Amino acid sequence: MQNLGIQILFQGNNFLRLWEGLWVSLKLAVISMSFSICLGMLFGMVMTSTNKLVRFFCRLYLETVRIMPQLVLLFLVYFGAAKHLNVNLSGGTAAVLVFTFWGTAEMGDLVRSALESIPVHQYQSGYALGFGKIGVYRHIIIPQTIRRLLPSMMNLLTRMVKTTSLVVLIGVIEVVKVGKQIIDASRYTVPDAALWVYGVIFIMYFAVCYPFSRAAALLDKKLRD
Amino acid sequence: MKVEEILKTEQLNKSYENGLKVLNDITFSMKKGEVVVIIGPSGCGKSTFLRCLNMLEPVDSGTIRFKDRVIDRANKDVYELRQKIGMVFQSYDLFPHLTILDNIILAPIKVQKRERSEVAKEAEELLKRVGLSDKTNVYPRQLSGGQKQRVAIVRALMMHPEILLLDEITAALDPEMVREVLQVVLELAREGMTMVIVTHEMEFAKAVADRVLFMDQGIVVEEGSPEEFFNSPQTERAKQFLNMFHYEAR
Repeated sequence: MQNLGIQILFQGNNFLRLWEGLWVSLKLAVISMSFSICLGMLFGMVMTSTNKLVRFFCRLYLETVRIMPQLVLLFLVYFGAAKHLNVNLSGGTAAVLVFTFWGTAEMGDLVRSALESIPVHQYQSGYALGFGKIGVYRHIIIPQTIRRLLPSMMNLLTRMVKTTSLVVLIGVIEVVKVGKQIIDASRYTVPDAALWVYGVIFIMYFAVCYPFSRAAALLDKKLRD
Repeated sequence: MKVEEILKTEQLNKSYENGLKVLNDITFSMKKGEVVVIIGPSGCGKSTFLRCLNMLEPVDSGTIRFKDRVIDRANKDVYELRQKIGMVFQSYDLFPHLTILDNIILAPIKVQKRERSEVAKEAEELLKRVGLSDKTNVYPRQLSGGQKQRVAIVRALMMHPEILLLDEITAALDPEMVREVLQVVLELAREGMTMVIVTHEMEFAKAVADRVLFMDQGIVVEEGSPEEFFNSPQTERAKQFLNMFHYEAR
């Protein structure tokens, strides 16, 4: 029988390996996102400071992160740390560091705009009811901010999941890398493996990201009512 | 019986950064159970004055005394005092993420650490009094402006304040909703609630006030009983202002 490309997926445990690869990507994204959410909340609050110097440094950080391609950041941390600081980070650690660095900036900016969209009177009603600053944030401002944040947070998460494909380049074996190994291993026996493997990876990314972006859209709609 | 002086200010001064003086040496005092209405043109400082009484805004100089205590904005007991001086704003400012019930029981539970069951019971009674007992579990966006403002009044009352500050509470409402809100305020006045009210509703001011303060450019220009003030204003400025509310028939 003619070799059909699709059978490459069922040879050995190839399919399972792909899922494991995707799991690595997801893990990196979710860990980085969790750090980014916590730190981004704080950073967002700092960004609303009225102090000009504080604002300037926040802006500088945000713009730097936005201007720099994530790949450059990855190389900088992964190779830079090894060469100049004599710290040998694993690819995964370097990736989490970089994605958190990036995610915190983006998350912070989202938090800042959500905080600024809450009318000043919400704070004042809180104070007028005898709440202190912490109480106002905890019971009044943050719950509202989170609602406004959820949709854009989901978007950031899907962006992060997709961007994890860059970590191949610092030696992390994730889904794209696994796919490449499968293709390389069967280059002569299954010439059109690439189509099938990358096709499946495409569907896998879709399966993971679509629920998030769907949830974001639904939340967005629900909150607008 | 000697009526105690509950709130007193001495020579309050406040300027904005651009040098505009919003409060100019305001000395004022009120007794327990008194209803003081402040009127005046926009930008005369009446809302600022109210917010300073509650320390939502700092003053440049002068003292504010609640009963015998001088209120120091830097001091922690500002938070305690704000519970005794309730405030309702023009834009209602209910918390949109909470139901009506949760809106009004939030502060009593979290700030005053009262029992939820006891607070909820009181909340339902108060909501019933303002005619909103069927709204306990809806969200603020489902209410009309007049209903929201009545909820905001209940929310302030739930803290058991000794003074209530009302800052143009009907200014954002459609005319037909003004009455349902002011009716609640009139009832409170009848029950002896001490209130400082900033309003543009002259008829309401006449009905509710024990004393009227007319402010302009940060100064209390004139002060008197509602009869005196509305029927025979003394100053030229007050006459001009009151005339704006009169229309000559053709």
